[in-house]
Amino acid sequence: MTMQDINHHLTDPLLMAYAAGTLPEAFSLTVATHVSMCDECRARLGAFESLGGAVLDRTGSVAMSADSLGATLARIREGNGQAERPAPRRRDDVLPAPLHDYVGGGLDSVRWRPIGMGVKQAILPTSRDATARLLYIPAGAAVPDHGHRGTELTLVLQGAFVDESDRYGRGDIEVAGEDMQHMPVADIGADCICLAATDAPLRFRGMIPRLAQPFLRI
Amino acid sequence: MWRPNRRKEVDDGVGSTDRTTPDKDVWVACMVAVRDARDEAAFARLFEHFAPRVKAFLIRSGAEATLAEECAQETMVTLWHKAHLFDPGRASVATWIFTIARNRRIDALRRQKRPEPEDLPWGPEPEPDQADALALQQESEHLGAALAALPDKQRVLIEKAYFGDLTHSEIAAETGLPLGTIKSRIRLALDRLRHAMK
Repeated sequence: MTMQDINHHLTDPLLMAYAAGTLPEAFSLTVATHVSMCDECRARLGAFESLGGAVLDRTGSVAMSADSLGATLARIREGNGQAERPAPRRRDDVLPAPLHDYVGGGLDSVRWRPIGMGVKQAILPTSRDATARLLYIPAGAAVPDHGHRGTELTLVLQGAFVDESDRYGRGDIEVAGEDMQHMPVADIGADCICLAATDAPLRFRGMIPRLAQPFLRI
Repeated sequence: MWRPNRRKEVDDGVGSTDRTTPDKDVWVACMVAVRDARDEAAFARLFEHFAPRVKAFLIRSGAEATLAEECAQETMVTLWHKAHLFDPGRASVATWIFTIARNRRIDALRRQKRPEPEDLPWGPEPEPDQADALALQQESEHLGAALAALPDKQRVLIEKAYFGDLTHSEIAAETGLPLGTIKSRIRLALDRLRHAMK
């Protein structure tokens, strides 16, 4: 992807956990999507993977079974010929390749569902330990006021949003922790599309959104 | 519980290529021989050195010995089939093998998919820049030395993060993590990216 003017980056703990391979799938998807757009975080990820290599190097060793090498070479010979050259991954102007993979197509393939006030969402298929959703927020509209029990990652794909703390444009990621109560509002200039990942259900402050929560899977 | 050995590398008798200060260039040369010449002798050397380490890493990450053996073999099979993707200017051999073993662990132990970032348009280079490759290998050795020199408590925290004993929020809550150790490695990677993108 082309160089972006990105001001809000991934945190070290998220990059380290992604490098270690211990994040829930929905968070990994968000990290992989941000890294696809951000050279700085790609370089930082490379360093955290090097740290993984250093850990592997000094973990010591456990003997492989007796004919392990022979068995491995036999598996290699079986697999030769069916050389895997996967088809090049696809993306569009809004969805980097990791998201394109999960949507199963470009932006026009997203199956949006309205959740009120003009806001739409599409939940992506990931493991259940966290949820990833695309959010579509009309220019100038607000996502209902909510707080979090866990961590919420919000990555801007199109347009921009502002909340109490800052402004976020394409490629920027907001990492919100436990006690953050916030109300993101889409920038007036354009409709905003974000990828949001949460590892616990959001808490809305009003009564009706809370009742609707189980149906909307917010 | 299996514990990592700190000072002395354990030679378990599987191979004789173990040495106390392994020359990283040897492993790059072996990878290039596997990649370009499908050299089985070079593969055997990589196997003897790295497969027992991958197995130890997976057992430490919670795998049963049988599963760890299976995944370590699969990791080495993947190393053979994906050798064309190895770029010594972007990762040391240990780092590259770590990423393959990590992905096997996610697949086999956690039964999840791993979304990967987009590849860079410049991809792996057929003729990698020697200076880049050398700088990267040296920086990897510095990083290894920095990790080894950390006080036990800090080093154990980092190891726990990579074995999967800490969640990302536990990592975030730990104030003892010496993340400065990787700063120069980040600078090197950024320089290389900017150089390649010009």
